[in-house]
Amino acid sequence: MIHFVLHDGNDSVGVVVVEGVAAGAELTGWIMDEDRMTSVTARQDIPIGHKIALKDMAPGDTVLKYAVDIGKVVAPIRAGDHTHVHNVKTKRW
Amino acid sequence: MSAISQETTFLGYRRENGRVGVRNHVIILPLDDLSNAACEAVAHNIKGTMAIPHPYGRLQFGADLDLHFRTLIGTGCNPNVAAVVVIGIEEEWTRKVVDGIAATGKPVQGFGIERYGDHETIRKASIAAREFVQWASEKQREPCPLKELWVSTKCGESDTTSGCGANPTVGNAFDKLYALGSTLLFGETTELTGGEQIVAARCRTPEIAKQFMAMFDRYQEVVERHKTNDLSDSQPTKGNIAGGLTTIEEKALGNIQKIGKKCMIDGVLDKAEAPTGPGLWFMDSSSAAAEMVTLCAAAGYAVHFFPTGQGNIIGNPILPVIKLCANPRTVRTMSEHIDVDVTGLLQREVNLDEAGDKLLACMLRTANGRLTAAEALGHREFVLTRLYESA
Repeated sequence: MIHFVLHDGNDSVGVVVVEGVAAGAELTGWIMDEDRMTSVTARQDIPIGHKIALKDMAPGDTVLKYAVDIGKVVAPIRAGDHTHVHNVKTKRW
Repeated sequence: MSAISQETTFLGYRRENGRVGVRNHVIILPLDDLSNAACEAVAHNIKGTMAIPHPYGRLQFGADLDLHFRTLIGTGCNPNVAAVVVIGIEEEWTRKVVDGIAATGKPVQGFGIERYGDHETIRKASIAAREFVQWASEKQREPCPLKELWVSTKCGESDTTSGCGANPTVGNAFDKLYALGSTLLFGETTELTGGEQIVAARCRTPEIAKQFMAMFDRYQEVVERHKTNDLSDSQPTKGNIAGGLTTIEEKALGNIQKIGKKCMIDGVLDKAEAPTGPGLWFMDSSSAAAEMVTLCAAAGYAVHFFPTGQGNIIGNPILPVIKLCANPRTVRTMSEHIDVDVTGLLQREVNLDEAGDKLLACMLRTANGRLTAAEALGHREFVLTRLYESA
């Protein structure tokens, strides 16, 4: 069972692709571009489609997905955290 | 081995101007809001015809009026349309739409309501509509080379599964179609924000990249001029955010997956402008689903790929919209809207090549006549893009 996917091995977040991910769950991830597996432990409940942090990040850090900048961290993030609009913001507009 | 090759054919309707359509609609097209009632009455009278009501067409001017005419004329010219009845409040602008459509050689007739009233207009237009629909009903499909099928794409109610699954599936299909010399289209100018340099780098020539960036920068200026916040209430949409998309950059990078890995951008188009040759075209357009798909239809596209994550249910009156989805919850809860299930991609059960082939197989069935989910459900969203206030 693949619980989350990421596009590139250096991405700082992965996408949860199953329903019902709960805090404490050991998750298996698939790095799509490299076709290899990775893992992380969820620190929070994360809905399907939402992102999980794969490393600790501090405010001001750049979040990478598709190996590209998708925004900046605005609240401290630890690996396994739910990563969304409460801790990441756009750098545009 | 791809699902398609140079030998692949589909069963289409070859029109008077050589273009090939996959539907055989006789449409009753209002010039303006006032003429919707008469158009709907004609479509009610004459079975097998379809009215396409809309709310605009009065006191528009300049570029906004040009776009109105271009969209209506383009809709009538689309090869999925066999014949057209145009009804407008007055005859002069009505004739302008009729003349634009008549350039294709297809049957078209226009009626002005002033000095006749609804009853007499409906009577005369119904006679024309009956003749057209009986004539169109004898048209036969014939085998046509696949590259004559124009294919557009736009995604909607995207979520993170769009960028991982459904959009790359379109990209894979586009790469295969592009290799055959197909005529392809994408757009959604603001939804490239954060990935615009990636798109610019995919333009065939520096000149095309410059034209693309000028369109992108112009749209950014529109956003800057009118925004009241960082647009995080609109772009990403509430549905996008519920689906897990956090920023416009993340949404854009998912969006861009639709143009595949090999396609090059061969030219840029204004809204509702028809391409002049094969290749992948970028249209400067809104990212709102019904607006963009209406513009694709007006540019002459015959079938549309619409990847969704959270479940956008859009259709179009004349352009079959094929929906694909990689989100298992959406496929489970909204299955009647989904034509192609690619959820297997995210569990590694199928690879991207297989998912692309699955979409192409559905495209061929749709081109040959199978109704899409949106067609069967009666989704006929026809939404004209407005550039500014009426005079």
